[in-house]
Amino acid sequence: MASGEALTTSGYIVHHLTNLTAGHGFWTVHLDTLLVSGLLGLFCFVGMAKLAGRATSGVPGKMQALVEMVVSFVDQQVKDTYHGKSALVTPLAITIFVWVFVMNAMDLIPVDFLPVVAGGLGIHYLKVVPTTDPNLTFGMSLTVFVIMMVMGVKVKGVGGFMHEVFTVPFGAKLAPLNLLFRIIEDIAKPISLSLRLFGNMYAGEMVFILIALMGLWQLPLALPWALFHILIITLQAFVFMMLTIVYLSMASESHG
Amino acid sequence: MNINATLIGEAIWFGVFIWITMKYVWPPLQKAMADRQKLIADGLAAGERGKHELELAGKRSADALRDAKAKAAEIVAASEKRAAQMIEEAKLAAKIEADKVVLSAKAEIAQQVEQARAELRGRVADLAVAGAERILRREVDARVHADMLVALKQEL
Repeated sequence: MASGEALTTSGYIVHHLTNLTAGHGFWTVHLDTLLVSGLLGLFCFVGMAKLAGRATSGVPGKMQALVEMVVSFVDQQVKDTYHGKSALVTPLAITIFVWVFVMNAMDLIPVDFLPVVAGGLGIHYLKVVPTTDPNLTFGMSLTVFVIMMVMGVKVKGVGGFMHEVFTVPFGAKLAPLNLLFRIIEDIAKPISLSLRLFGNMYAGEMVFILIALMGLWQLPLALPWALFHILIITLQAFVFMMLTIVYLSMASESHG
Repeated sequence: MNINATLIGEAIWFGVFIWITMKYVWPPLQKAMADRQKLIADGLAAGERGKHELELAGKRSADALRDAKAKAAEIVAASEKRAAQMIEEAKLAAKIEADKVVLSAKAEIAQQVEQARAELRGRVADLAVAGAERILRREVDARVHADMLVALKQEL
């Protein structure tokens, strides 16, 4: 609870859900989302890159074993689902899984801890979990969407891609209907991808905030919800990764 | 829910992280894991081969042992035979040598007997001459009858 504000229930909730912003109009940026997601990502991926740089094929250290476990788990999912040749899919899936996982995991830090620390430093708004910001989830899903489109055209060629757009699923005679279906399908993909993650994490964060409002009762309640939330954190990271792989495999396999 | 420029920033972050993973994380890890897999597979194969070789070596060593035993028995038999032969030969040689020694001893004895006899003959002749001298002191001249005495010595 930031100092100096009216400690009403709705004020507390709204305060927690307000981003630290800069700029205005469309060119507003959420500094907290950008910083937290960027620092987490840099920490994870630069760390992993350093570790991979001195990875040994002999007996791996504990950190290398952990990273290898995650990476080979993701690679197995990719191998099971995606049968194309692109070298991008596995790194993309690893990036999504690891990044979304660590960003979601910020949810497990007690809701008031970082905002109070930041308040002490003179920052009055801080939304800690980047995946509760639709800008981030849409940023990711639209990137995936672009990769999907590019891969579709690259694998099938422009002609093949257009042929698929106009003839699947009802055949060439119902081309306008096929096009309509295709547009709906392709728009639905990034929207469902990003809103699923955003909705789950936003709701989870909201429950944490509500529990934090309960005074002493938050102690027996926050722990089981946090334990349960570990499941959601992992599951949402997995689902985002898995659906990305599925979309990319659909983009690189012809439907007929 | 307000969409703004943060979206572009996040897309850039996302791209940067994909690039890092694609360039610096995944390839070396993939290589390390593939190498290790190969290492383990090779190790297992080598272990299997070693086991097989051990079996073969066991068989070979048993064969060698059997051969060596047979050869040793053969050598022992041959050497026993040779030893018996050598004993026989030695016995033979000893017998020949003994015969030779006996023969030479006999010859020596004969020679000594002959020598003694000749000596005896001389003494007897001297004795006879001395006896005759005493008997015939006056009329017999030793110098005159020396020839006759030598003839007598030869007859004895």
